[in-house]
Amino acid sequence: MGARRAAAGARGRGGGAVTRRCAARAAVAAERDAHGRTRCTRLRSDGPLALRETAEGVHLVGAAAGPLGGDVLELDVAVGPGARLAVRSAAAALVLPGDGTSRLTVRARVGPGARLDFAPEPTVAAAGCDHRSAAEIALAEDATLRWREEIVLGRHGERPGRLRGRLDVAIGRTPLLRHELRVGDGHGARAVLGDAGAAGSVLLVRPGLAREAHVEDGLAVLPLAHPSGVLITAVAPDAALLRRRLARGERVAARARGETAPRGLPADQETASAAAFRGAETPDSCS
Amino acid sequence: MAEIPAALLLLADARLPAGGHAHSGGLEPAVAAHAVTDLADLRDFLHGRLATTGLTGAALAAAACAYAAAYAPDADIPPSGDGSAGGRRGWRGLDAEADARTPSPAQRRASRAQGRSLARAARATWSHPGLDALAAEVRAPHHPLVLGAAAAAAGGTPRQAAAVAAYGAAAGPASAAVRLLGLDPLDVHRVLADLAARMDEVADEAAAAAAGGWDALPAPSAPLLDLLAEAHVRAGLRLFES
Repeated sequence: MGARRAAAGARGRGGGAVTRRCAARAAVAAERDAHGRTRCTRLRSDGPLALRETAEGVHLVGAAAGPLGGDVLELDVAVGPGARLAVRSAAAALVLPGDGTSRLTVRARVGPGARLDFAPEPTVAAAGCDHRSAAEIALAEDATLRWREEIVLGRHGERPGRLRGRLDVAIGRTPLLRHELRVGDGHGARAVLGDAGAAGSVLLVRPGLAREAHVEDGLAVLPLAHPSGVLITAVAPDAALLRRRLARGERVAARARGETAPRGLPADQETASAAAFRGAETPDSCS
Repeated sequence: MAEIPAALLLLADARLPAGGHAHSGGLEPAVAAHAVTDLADLRDFLHGRLATTGLTGAALAAAACAYAAAYAPDADIPPSGDGSAGGRRGWRGLDAEADARTPSPAQRRASRAQGRSLARAARATWSHPGLDALAAEVRAPHHPLVLGAAAAAAGGTPRQAAAVAAYGAAAGPASAAVRLLGLDPLDVHRVLADLAARMDEVADEAAAAAAGGWDALPAPSAPLLDLLAEAHVRAGLRLFES
């Protein structure tokens, strides 16, 4: 593993193997072909960001531990008009301390009528880590999105280091959501996250979602100002319960249309909405 | 720092008839959920609120102050920091930035309700083209925008606007705590005084961010406070709107 990282560092920085830092830039692009099928037109792995095509879509298969402090990782995702792409990961990412701040930037462009479903496994913030992540997502007017982020605050019995994650999403030129989570900077953590061991969110963008907020234990379903956006946020003692709460929130966001719509809503509309929701999980993408 | 215009003190004063007393800044739901029960909890709560909603609001207020000041070209205030790709997007553009940073519908409603009240009070108090333009372009603007524009009208700088916003983010819930928890007002003010240096840090970060593009303004979230804010709307008996 160490050799691999050193090699990646050398490739990324032109001989910086002694620092063990990585600079890596990976990319995936999906386009819809003449037959209406989505094809991966670009799949570039780099250093610890290794990408594999699977039946489900594209998997990030961590080729090294990390990120470690000092790593600068970038992932570009492009989904062309009408194409559908799902991005998953094989395992949780463990953010470890190292030589400075580690950075992960994901930039995604989702074209007209296209769909991106980005739901990797959680990021675990280890003790002493100093990590910054940024996701910049540009959606066309009628693009749809499912974007999940989960953070586990320390390994078992451990307090996490510093972590700052920011999500910026725009539809055309209108900002839809700008959302940061800051952990470990010592400012009122108890009021912000309570004693949660894990925190996460799912952003859904598509027509027909709930327009009424919903709250229950550790879960909030928050319709955004833009009528097609809903942010689901959850906190939980552990990653497993966090995942269940987020999944429950997604069901509430998808179903609430039927609950809040006037009586007499055509049944097929509700079915279509539910199908669209399930569709986010179906393996028709990038295969 | 530049000397404080006395007019700015009017804006920071809780006696400004802008309806601020009707809002607890998320404290009432936190008290109802037993998340805040004593002075130590209150200190944590105010710290958390300052670092999240407080910073976001202070940065928006600083940006609004700079933008409003550009309507009065003779004012001695730095030019607007809207360096976004879309160019000058107007008050609606900044209002959309506030929307994007407020995922909770309950908090968007509370911010707009307070913005509307403050706009009424500020326009009755000061005359300023930036404030008038804001009122004309956005029907019920988010509170930090009005606060920033009013600070410009009062002759304040973006850094001062940010300080007033940060102060309000802590002082509002602190005064509600006296009523909600029956705390000694002297103890609560001691907590606020201890937080003053932290308010200045938040105002510094906010003003520095506002010198850049609106897109990049801070957006720290507080998942628990969002959750509590929504739960509050559904609570039956309550003293405060938010």
